[in-house]
Parts: sequence; C-alpha cells; structure tokens
Amino acid sequence: MKKVKPLEELTIARSLFGSSLAFHIIFATLGVGLPFMILVAEVVYQITKDRDYPLMAKRWTKAQAILLGVAIPSGTIVAVQLSLLWPRFMEIVGEVIALPFQIELFAFFLEALFMSIYVYAADRLSAAARVISVFLVALGGSASAVLITAANAWMNTPTGFEVSGGEITDVRPLDAFLNPSFASAALHVLVSAFMTGAFAIAGLAAWRLLKGNQSRRESAYHRKALVLSLLVGGVMSLATAWNGHVAGQVLYDHQPEKLAAAEGHFKTEAYAPLAIGGIVDPEKRELVGAIKIPGMLSFLADNRFDAVVKGLNEFPEENWPPFYVHTLFNLMVFIGSWLILLSILAWVVHWRRREKPLPRWLLWLLVPSGVLSLLGIESGWVFTCSGRQPWTIYHYQRTSEAVTDATGLGLYFVLFIGLYLLLLVGTAIVMRSYFRRHPLSEAFATTGNGLGKGEVKHE
Amino acid sequence: MNEGLLAVSLVWLFVFIYAILGSIDFGAGFWGMVHRNEVQGEAGALANRFLSPTWEVTNVFLVLLVVTLVSFFPAAIYTVGMALLLPGSLVLILLTIRSAMMAFQHSVRRFKGALEVVSGVTGVLIPSLLVSVLPILTGGFIDPESGMLRVGKLFTSPVTYAYLAFGLSSQLFLSASFLADYAREADNEPSYRVFRRHAVRLGPLTLITAVLTTWTIGQEASWLRQQLLEEGRWFLLSILAFLIGYLALFWKRRDRQKYRGWPRVAFILFIIQYALASFAYGRAHLPYLVYPSLTVDNSVTNPEMFRLLMVSYGIGLAILIPGFYLFWRLFLKDKRYLAPKEEGE
Ligand code: HDD
Ligand code: HEM
Ligand code: HEM
Repeated sequence: MKKVKPLEELTIARSLFGSSLAFHIIFATLGVGLPFMILVAEVVYQITKDRDYPLMAKRWTKAQAILLGVAIPSGTIVAVQLSLLWPRFMEIVGEVIALPFQIELFAFFLEALFMSIYVYAADRLSAAARVISVFLVALGGSASAVLITAANAWMNTPTGFEVSGGEITDVRPLDAFLNPSFASAALHVLVSAFMTGAFAIAGLAAWRLLKGNQSRRESAYHRKALVLSLLVGGVMSLATAWNGHVAGQVLYDHQPEKLAAAEGHFKTEAYAPLAIGGIVDPEKRELVGAIKIPGMLSFLADNRFDAVVKGLNEFPEENWPPFYVHTLFNLMVFIGSWLILLSILAWVVHWRRREKPLPRWLLWLLVPSGVLSLLGIESGWVFTCSGRQPWTIYHYQRTSEAVTDATGLGLYFVLFIGLYLLLLVGTAIVMRSYFRRHPLSEAFATTGNGLGKGEVKHE
Repeated sequence: MNEGLLAVSLVWLFVFIYAILGSIDFGAGFWGMVHRNEVQGEAGALANRFLSPTWEVTNVFLVLLVVTLVSFFPAAIYTVGMALLLPGSLVLILLTIRSAMMAFQHSVRRFKGALEVVSGVTGVLIPSLLVSVLPILTGGFIDPESGMLRVGKLFTSPVTYAYLAFGLSSQLFLSASFLADYAREADNEPSYRVFRRHAVRLGPLTLITAVLTTWTIGQEASWLRQQLLEEGRWFLLSILAFLIGYLALFWKRRDRQKYRGWPRVAFILFIIQYALASFAYGRAHLPYLVYPSLTVDNSVTNPEMFRLLMVSYGIGLAILIPGFYLFWRLFLKDKRYLAPKEEGE
C-alpha cells in the first residue's frame, strides 16, 4: 500500500520538524530553567530576608512571562506537527508510549494555572502562597521536560511491545515508559536545563556589570544575581557532565552505531581512543585531523581500557547516522567542560576578591555563557535525533516509513521558518523594550523594595 | 459501555469543553477589538482583562484534545493527520501569532492597538478553520486516492459555509453571554448592557444557522442527516434550554440599580443548550470517527494502554481540580481583579 515518497519531501519533513523543535527548545529549556532560578531566589529571600532577591524573582518572572507567550504556542506546534508530519509514527506512539504524552498535559495545566496565578495575582497572594505557586510552576515545567524525554528515550531504546506480522502486540506501557535510557536522559535534560537557566542569568548579569554608570545599589544587585546563578550553574554543569557520561554508557550498551558515529569511530577495537575534533572522510572511512586520547573511549564507555567499542564498519552502511553528529557531540561536551571550568574560576576569583568588583576580563568571559549553554542544548538534541537516523524508532521504524504521504511540504517549511524568524526578532524587541522602560533604578525608587503594589497588573 | 464508546465520550467531552472555552476566548478577542476605542464602560478592556490570565489554560485544552485523540485512537491518526495538514498548519501559525501578541502586549504598551486587532481577527479565523474540521470528518472532502484534503471542494461547498456561519455565530453569542455575566460580576453595568445587547441579537441567529446547517448537511452526508433527525428529541430539549435562557436575559431584577436580565442563569442554560445539541450531534456521528473509513471500534487503542490512560486521568484530575478552583476564585470571582479600584493610575 505504501506509496513511494520522493526523497526531497522526506528531507523537507525532517528539516521542518527539526526546525520546529530547535525553535521550541530554546523557550522550553528556559521555561524549565528560569522558574527554577525564580524558586531559588524566593527561597534565598526566605533565608536571608534580603529584598533584592524577591526583586530578582519578579524581574525574571517578567522575562519568563514574555517567553511563555512563545513557548506555549511553539510547543503546540510540535505536538500537532508530530501527527501531521509523522502519522505512521504517531500510530505506534498511541499504542505504546501515549502515557507520558498524556501525563505531560497535567504538568502543562499545573504550569499554566500557577503561572497565571503567580503573574497576575502576585499582589493578592501571601508570601507563602507565592513561593508555593512558583514551586508548582517549576514542578510543572520540570515534569513536562522529564515526560517528553521519556517519549524520546523510548524512540532511542524502544521496549514494552512486540511486533508480530506487522501488528503491535503485547503492549506494556509502563515498560515502554521506563525504557533503558529514560532515567539517564531525563536527568540529563533536567540538569542541563537548570544549568542553562542559570547561565542565561549569569550572562546577563555580567553584561550589566560591564556597563558603566550604575549606582552601587544596582551593581550590588547584579553581583548577587551573578554569584547566585554561578553557584547554581556550576553545580548543575558538574551534574550535567557526570550524567552525560552515564548517558554515553547507555549508548554503548543500547545504541552502538550512535556512539560510533559520535566518535567518528570505524574500526571495532579494544583500547579505543577518544577523538576530539576532526572530520570524517567518508571515502577512506576514517576521522581526519582529530586529537586522539588513547584508550579513553573504551574507559568512558565501560570503565575499562580494554572494553571493545564497536565501530561503524560493523554495521551496514545504510544504517549509518550522518557523520556531522561527531561535531555536534564534540560541541556539547566542549561547552559542558568549558562552563564547569569557568564557574570554578569565577568562584575562586570572587572568593579571593571579597567585596572588590570582579575583573572585566572575567565578566567578558561570562557574558556568552547563556548563549553557549543554549547551544549545548541544541547540539545535544540534534545529536540525539539525527544520531538515531535512519531510524525514528530505533531498529523498528525508519524515518522514511514514518513520514506523511502528503506532498507540497516545501510551502509549509517556508511559512514556519518565516514565523520563527519573526518571533525571534519580536521576542528580542519586546524584552529589550520592557527592561528599558522598567530599569532597575526605577524599581528601587518606587517602593524601596521594588515590589510596587498594583504594578503587576498595570503593565 | 465498551472501551471505544468510553474513549469517544471522553474525546467528545474535551471537544465540548474546548468549544466553550475557545468560543469565549476567541470571542472575547473579537469583542475586545470591536470595542477597543470605547472609553465609556470599558467593554473592550473588560474583555481583555478576562483574556490575560486565561488564554494559556484554554490553549492547554486544545493540546489535551489532540493528545487524547492520539492516545485513544492511534489508528485514526494517519487519516486525520493527512486530511488536516493544511487547516492544522494554518491554525498553528495563527495561534502562535495570537499567543505571542497576547503575551507581548502585556509587557509593551506600544503593541496594544496591534494586539487588539490581531487578537480580534485571529479570533474569527482560527475558529473558522477549526469548525471546518467537522464537515471534513463527515466524508466527501478527502481524496480517496492521495488521502489529502480536497481544498478546492472544501472551500466551495455550501456545507462548509453553513458550518462556518453556525460556528461563528455560536462563538460570538456564547462569548457575549459570558462577558455579560462577567461584567455583572464586576459590577460594570455599562459593559453589561453592551454584551447583553450582543447576546440578544445573536441568539436567534444561532438558531437559524443551526437549522440551515442541518439542512445543507444532507448534500454531502446524507447518512449524517438521517441520523441527526433520529436524535430529534435531544435537539428539542436543546432548543428549550435556549428559549428559557434567552428569556432570562429579559427578566427584571428586583434591584432597581441593575438593568434587566439574569446573565448567570442565561449563560448556564446556553451551555446546557450546547451540551445537549453537541451530544446529539456526537451520537448521530457514531460509529464513525471519519466517514466512511474509520469507526470508533476499529481505531481504539489496546486495552492495557486504555486502562492506564484512564488511571492517569483519575490521578491527574484529582491533583488539578483544586488548582482550577483557585484559578476560578482569583480571576473570575475576586472583585479586586474584576474591577480594580486604582485603574489607570
Ligand atoms: C547545556 C547542555 C548540555 C551539556 C553541557 C551537555 N549535554 Fe549532553 N545532552 C544535552 C545537553 C547537554 C541534551 C540537550 O539535554 C541531550 C539531548 C537529548 C538528551 O537526552 O539530552 C544531550 C544528550 C546527550 C547524549 C545522548 C543520549 C542519547 O542519545 O541517548 C550523550 C551521550 C550526552 N549528552 C553526553 C554528554 C556529555 C558526556 C557531556 C559532557 C560534558 C554533555 N553531554 C554535556
Ligand atoms: C525535550 C524537549 C522539550 C522540553 C524540555 C519541553 C519543555 C516544555 C516546557 C517547559 C513547556 C512549557 C512552556 C514554558 O513554561 O516555557 C513546553 C510547552 C509545550 N511543549 Fe515542550 N518540551 C520539549 C519538547 C516538546 C515536544 C517534542 C513536544 C511535542 C509533543 C512538546 C509539546 C509541548 C506543548 C504542546 C507545549 C505547550 C503546552 C501548553 O499549552 O501550555 N514539547 N515544553
Ligand atoms: C526539543 C529538542 C529537539 C530537537 C532540537 C530535535 C531535533 C530534531 C531533528 C534535527 C530532527 C531531524 C533528524 C534528521 O532527520 O536528521 C528530529 C527528528 C525527530 N524528532 Fe527530534 N528533536 C528534539 C526533541 C524531540 C523529542 C522530545 C521527541 C519525542 C517526542 C522528538 C521526536 C522526533 C521525531 C518523531 C522526529 C522525526 C523522525 C526522525 O527523524 O527520526 N524530538 N528532531
């Protein structure tokens, strides 16, 4: 029955869907990371009683409310596009892994309800109710990230069903949910999102500190924000790296092709080297120009230098993932390592300087950390999804079998890309314009604590 | 009740909830635009005050609908996904623009005028596209060869326009009745009068378009009209609910300060009216999800998944109901939100 699909249409479907996700993930990750930082600030306030912290919480909430206006519809886009572009895939999802999608909705409700409450009713809530609301917002966002990751992890390591004669039988939804890569992937996504939220704030705070003409009060405020976010970011980036290492071991056990492609590794061998940089020469079937650390890949993959790591030569060529995933993987790991070093460095400097301002070179290094962290998220996700190719459901369904038979997808691609560009620019303009018109100095001036009553509702 | 029927009832329930919430949400956007320049009574401002905290929650219901369909009726996804590629993508684009503007105007006053227009225009376009799904499901608009939508046919068929007319008038009618009630709750009599007047004018129109739609359905889907006629008594009950509700808009108040009408009673009866009518429509549509290829029973998911989905609903609702209650208290009940004293300071 299956009609022959022109290759171009498949490529467009993949590009369209990949772009939608790449767009959504920017806002979604911040939607997990920022509420977490807001919660941290509210909690720190309860401990220190320093009024700068609820002011931070309030201003970050403002930013989050703007981002939410894009996060929610872009999420709606991916959710609907899944069925529009990959209907054959969603048929199987509905039979086997519908549960996390369904539970995720309750997480969305939790988040949407309490976000509205936290934003529009803050002036009518007690302090405790405010902290509980923001806790529930953060819980909803984190839960939705974990749940959607369960679906993605299942695509990588599908379990919980049998296939006999083309029919899906013996479905065990809970086994599918708790698939072998779920725990490591979910934790990795969560801590990397917390890390990204923290570095986004650190980057902005560093930027503010670099700009001159600020009152002492303002620089004290930014410095507190910087120190707090570096603490959270540092801890979370350590957790991300450690846990990414675990995710790599899961690849070794369950998706050897992906690990091989991530390392540009062709020959099956023990004492396999870890390759940093370089590009694959498909003719010669080897990685050229890479720095190799002997034995390290074997050690990372299975904690033993003599572990045998399978190379791509072991697998039929039609099942190879694209080679660029090696670069994506390198980028992610590089960013993770760099941000760990940077936060440790910044902490040491902060510790030694005490009250003196941080040196400008350090601030300059910190400015791009938020963007870098987001880049890490992007490269990590594209690595996971493209590294799974040519499979949509690993070893069960090929991407070419999942795609819609509809034609004329090119038009949609153009429309959606246009929409995303428009929204990126729009969001940036709105952010700038809002914080320009509501400078920190004004927040200090109005009520001393910056939490003017009624202000919330008249914006 | 077997699994298919239980699942489709749940889907029906979510369609119904979203139809009501969506009507109010998009309708409020439309009324906000129509009344944007009126200073007196602030009918437009009232509509927008309602929208600010609620559109996100309404949007989750839309996602809930899609996900529930996928989870309970996976075998239908291929047909539905193919047919709805175009209307679905357009809805997504419009919805995204609308939501973004909604969040942005809250932060930057410069966009206020633009927002009101965007939210008003999309408030008509999005529901139109959504309503056009109904005739598609009744058959005749999907090309059996390619599985894709016959767009030309859809947009030239009188049936489509009958559905559209019915959908839009219902949306504006429901949202006007709701906003009338909301205005009264806010003690805002001038706005109350504005929205009551809209409701009074639109009420009969919805009835006429409903009859018209049933009439034209026969052209494309005689099977459906046949079955609709068999549900006659439900439709009669529905009309009865409408009539009483409509009258309630004219009942005198004992309180001389207030203009005539009991908007709360009216709105509740209108909801009952639509519940009865859409229940009857849903029953008439059975056993088909998409005529003639997909029935409820041949597309329902496996029993194990079904069981767990139901369990997840139970747990999810138990957690969320207090949240919804709090939300309602804060935004639909609390005078401090409905009619802020220091407005415009
Ligand atoms: C700031 C973001 C970030 C950073 C610094 C890292 N990761 Fe990561 N990584 C992700 C963000 C991310 C991600 C976007 O969250 C992914 C995509 C899919 C997933 O489960 O998490 C991911 C996936 C992912 C996978 C693929 C899992 C799979 O396909 O099943 C591996 C093996 C690693 N990571 C390993 C690492 C290692 C060894 C890191 C060392 C520092 C690292 N990651 C840093
Ligand atoms: C793995 C990456 C993803 C993460 C971490 C993530 C996380 C989030 C978060 C936190 C939100 C709430 C918006 C906010 O608070 O900023 C959100 C919204 C949304 N996401 Fe994603 N998401 C991811 C991928 C997906 C995918 C693949 C889908 C499609 C099934 C999806 C569907 C949605 C939907 C429908 C919404 C809107 C919910 C609403 O109406 O409130 N997300 N996502
Ligand atoms: C949000 C971060 C994500 C990004 C940036 C991302 C990126 C991509 C990219 C680039 C592709 C195209 C792959 C290729 O053809 O080379 C893709 C495909 C796909 N992704 Fe992801 N992905 C993300 C998360 C998810 C999640 C959470 C799910 C699970 C629900 C998912 C499901 C899919 C599916 C079904 C496809 C199409 C089939 C396929 O190519 O395998 N993605 N994604």
